[in-house]
Amino acid sequence: MSQSYDRGLVEDFGRWKEFSAGMWAWVLHKFTGWVLIGYLFTHIAVLSTALQSPEAYTQTLHGLESLAVVRVLEVGLLAVAVFHILNGVRLLFVDLGLGLDLDVQEKSFYAALVLTAVIVVASVPTFMEGVF
Amino acid sequence: MSNSNNPERVSSFAYGGTRWLLQRLTAAFLVVVLAFHFFLLHFAVHAPEITFAGSHFRMQQLGYLVTMVLFLATATFHGTNGIYNALVNQGIEGTQKQAAKWILVVASLLLFVQGARVAWQLTVGF
Repeated sequence: MSQSYDRGLVEDFGRWKEFSAGMWAWVLHKFTGWVLIGYLFTHIAVLSTALQSPEAYTQTLHGLESLAVVRVLEVGLLAVAVFHILNGVRLLFVDLGLGLDLDVQEKSFYAALVLTAVIVVASVPTFMEGVF
Repeated sequence: MSNSNNPERVSSFAYGGTRWLLQRLTAAFLVVVLAFHFFLLHFAVHAPEITFAGSHFRMQQLGYLVTMVLFLATATFHGTNGIYNALVNQGIEGTQKQAAKWILVVASLLLFVQGARVAWQLTVGF
């Protein structure tokens, strides 16, 4: 059965040389998690314009979507969300005892990275449509 | 550290606890709903075309409204539980741990209440 183990401090700079796929997956999952919870608070704040008036809601969303920088940030958000989802699926499998072998864990991590890249690149035209 | 003889499980959560289980259950739900949310509001409906009227129409479908409220609740719990665990994993204890816990509890309640107010406004319209 799987178990936690003492990984030491990730913050120790010299440890980058010993980073394993599992460690990278852990770091990226945490990073994407922080971004997503930060976005959730921002998202609800923006949608709160619905409490003012229908016009405020529609104009706010249209105004934000007219900015190229917002569209680029949305592509970044997509990348963050897709990786968090795919790596999360990988974690669910590992916690169910499936794919525990180290090489399978590493391959599934790299697969999550590649699939994230493919989905994000394929989504760029839709996300950037009409902004330039 | 890494040992090829012992498959490692790099996780912040202590395996098998209640918060670990709830984190996994909410994750399983969020995997599906987050993907649905992204697909619907970027590909089926393009984000630049979202209007109050369109959101109002979607929220009037009971299944969609219930899904969105559950989405808000599970995402809020999953996110704040994840942050709390990350902080505990960094070694906070005692007063710091209690402060982090209650700040996150209050923040998550505020987020859920505000999100529910938005959902209600989008459902009933003006």
